[in-house]
Amino acid sequence: MPKVIVYFAHPGQQFSHVNTKMLDVATRNQELTVVDLYAEYPRFDIDPDKEQQRLLDHDIILFQFPLFWYSTPSILKEWQDIVLEHGFAYGAGGDALAGKRMGLAITAAGPQDAYTPNGYQHYPLRDFLRPLEQTANLCKMRFLPPYVLYGSLKAPNEGRVEPHLHGYRRYIEALQDGEFDSHETKPDEVWTADAMQMKAEA
Amino acid sequence: MDFLSLAFIFLIAGVVAVPIASKFGLGSVLGYLIAGIAIAPVLNAAGVDVISLQHFAEFGVVMMLFLVGLELEPKLLWQMRNKLLGLGGLQVCGTAVIVMGVAMLFGLEWTISLAIGLIFALSSTAIVLQTLNEKGLMKSDGGQSSFSVLLFQDIAVIPMLALIPLLAMPDLMEQYAAPAPVEIHAEEGHGTEEAAHQDAHGGGHDAHDDGHHGPSGPTWIETLPGGLRALVTIAAIAAVIVGGSFLTRPIFRFIALAKLRELFTATALMMVIGIALLMSLVGLSPALGTFLAGVVLANSEYRHELESDIDPFKGLLLGLFFMTVGAGIDFQLLFGNFAVILALTLGLIALKAGVLLALSFVFKIEGADRWLFALGLAQAGEFGFVLLSFTTANNVVPPVIADQLLLIVALSMLLTPALFIAYERLILPRYTGAEEREADVVDDEAPIIIAGVGRFGGVVNRMLLGAGYKTVVLDHSSEQLDAMRAFDVKAFYGDASRPDLLHAAGLHEAKLLVVAIDDREQANAIVHHVSQNHPHVHIIARAVDRHQVYELYAAGCRNIIRDTFDSAVRAGRSAYEALGVHPFQAQRMARGFEDHDRYMLRDLAQLYRSDIPQTENPEYIQRAMELRDEMDEALRNGTSAFHARVDRGWSPPGTKDVDAEEAQAKES
Repeated sequence: MPKVIVYFAHPGQQFSHVNTKMLDVATRNQELTVVDLYAEYPRFDIDPDKEQQRLLDHDIILFQFPLFWYSTPSILKEWQDIVLEHGFAYGAGGDALAGKRMGLAITAAGPQDAYTPNGYQHYPLRDFLRPLEQTANLCKMRFLPPYVLYGSLKAPNEGRVEPHLHGYRRYIEALQDGEFDSHETKPDEVWTADAMQMKAEA
Repeated sequence: MDFLSLAFIFLIAGVVAVPIASKFGLGSVLGYLIAGIAIAPVLNAAGVDVISLQHFAEFGVVMMLFLVGLELEPKLLWQMRNKLLGLGGLQVCGTAVIVMGVAMLFGLEWTISLAIGLIFALSSTAIVLQTLNEKGLMKSDGGQSSFSVLLFQDIAVIPMLALIPLLAMPDLMEQYAAPAPVEIHAEEGHGTEEAAHQDAHGGGHDAHDDGHHGPSGPTWIETLPGGLRALVTIAAIAAVIVGGSFLTRPIFRFIALAKLRELFTATALMMVIGIALLMSLVGLSPALGTFLAGVVLANSEYRHELESDIDPFKGLLLGLFFMTVGAGIDFQLLFGNFAVILALTLGLIALKAGVLLALSFVFKIEGADRWLFALGLAQAGEFGFVLLSFTTANNVVPPVIADQLLLIVALSMLLTPALFIAYERLILPRYTGAEEREADVVDDEAPIIIAGVGRFGGVVNRMLLGAGYKTVVLDHSSEQLDAMRAFDVKAFYGDASRPDLLHAAGLHEAKLLVVAIDDREQANAIVHHVSQNHPHVHIIARAVDRHQVYELYAAGCRNIIRDTFDSAVRAGRSAYEALGVHPFQAQRMARGFEDHDRYMLRDLAQLYRSDIPQTENPEYIQRAMELRDEMDEALRNGTSAFHARVDRGWSPPGTKDVDAEEAQAKES
């Protein structure tokens, strides 16, 4: 069974509608390692040795975060800058992560139709995630289809939180069960609660 | 004339003349010399024995060499060995031989010529070192080279004193005593009177030589057989080195128990005088002995304390010495032969400068430093007076010639400040580019001074040392210092609230001063003194409470750290976390509290006035009440003032905002 680690990054957890509940889902899973980056490094002094050991100890790296300005919250960028060292994650002799998989669990404030050429975000969501995708490629990791909640701020009023949490549990279980082991991620592939539901029923 | 009147005359002359001379950029040495010339008639009228006073004042040179030694760690001295022996040796030998040749051309006997050569080879340690220090040129290449030569000369006096008696020719003296047709003598016309005058002085010299600058070799040591004599000499030097290394620390720690400032001064004086006496006793130069002691103590934690204790005495005695040189000039004889004496003096200066210039090419002293070196050492020195009296006493140089030589030595010393001024005004401007580069190097060396190395200053010091910075640490707790030095920290004993000690520690060229001493009044006083007099020094001060923050702010410090505030904030942050606040949120709340507290403090500090109690400062009271109301208002509304700042940026827009934005986006 592949070992999964969830890196959670959310600086304003007291205002969270969905992410803290998702964190609860992850925490309840006994087989999972969960790291709250802002709690572990409130002063941003990330320990590269400790983090690199964590990466070595796991097969699937799952980042869970709200999308901020088309990117990760700042601590996750800091984490990448510090932990994904040359010679460890990439470059000459840098194949410690080769063959591992990288997954994303993202909440986005904009609705799904905003992420279309005619929508106000103009580009599909996957385009904004290319830097992370390419990071996985450079580190010889396989990039998994991201699990996404669109319109996250309105989700509680529209009753979409519970299905999303249920789908998140399924997504993690699927990772742990090796269901994604031979999955080839398509360039525009995104998983939502509905898709997870369909997969579960299939 | 009684002691007090004499002291008063010298003091008033110095106090009046030196500031005026400094104001015109002439330097203190020339000021003292002029003061001496000015009071000469008074002293003559009162029948003061200026020459014996001068021998007393020469002890200032001994003290100066002690201080020079303190600045010079043994390692540094070893690095200088080539310059010391090569440059110094060649200067002394070269100058002596050339002067001897010139004197023989004037028709003097070879013995007399050699003695004159030796006398004129020496330069004035007192004037040159004092001037170099005053102008901050000691650390330049020219300054270091000059120092090497001067040090070698000081050491060379000892073999010279041994050599001179061998040149004695009593028969020759008789020939000069009679009105014989010697060129220079014939011109002056009142030889016998001068000779008598010189005899009186000569007696004075001998009486005072033993305890002071130039030892004439006490008789008891001369009676010892050669081997034993060498043994005694070596034992004396060993005593200075071993005593300096192992005895000073226990002695000073014992003295520190009394907690009396003046006892340190007394101990420092006792040491210097004791070493000088010991050296004289075994027939060595006291200057050399104290220099050696200084070098031994250069690594001691009491170095800066010794420096600041001895320094005023050195300054006063040197001042007195320069005044006696000025007062000792025999104007009657000078004006009787003015053209000849002046020509000989200028000739001597040109000759010495020529030798020094030649050496500067050999030893690659370049640019402005070459000229500093050549012009700075071109005079004859105070050792010349000593050697002159010694030569007359030993029947080597006849008094009539010695008298004129004395004038040449004095006149050349009198002209030295003019040479330094020429260097500054005429030569330095041509090398300004080179001079700037040099200033950078000095800047690199600029020390960081940490006053007080208890639990607070100690941490600061460890952080700076760990990052590769050099620090100078001052503390008045012997135990604290022992602990520091055990870990190889450069720590010095002393009461950091004394400005002179801060100066000795290098305040004038310091970049940073950390004030972490416990005594609140003293800390405030240091900050006030430094911010007033040395605005270039960045001051970081530790405050024990809010009130001291105001006091330090009023004293001119703008980088004030409250010693328990940061730890208290961390404890508060831990409390937040223990109560279940997310660590990152706790961190931001703690930062918010800190910012708000600092803002209030800064606000109030500007209204704080040290001259009146806070209860009588209406502006302070009003603003304090306003700030309190602000805080209360925020608390009543459910969020404290600092909360509002923490939350900004992380609170997402509400549902309505999202709807409105989306609608707007669709329209456009």
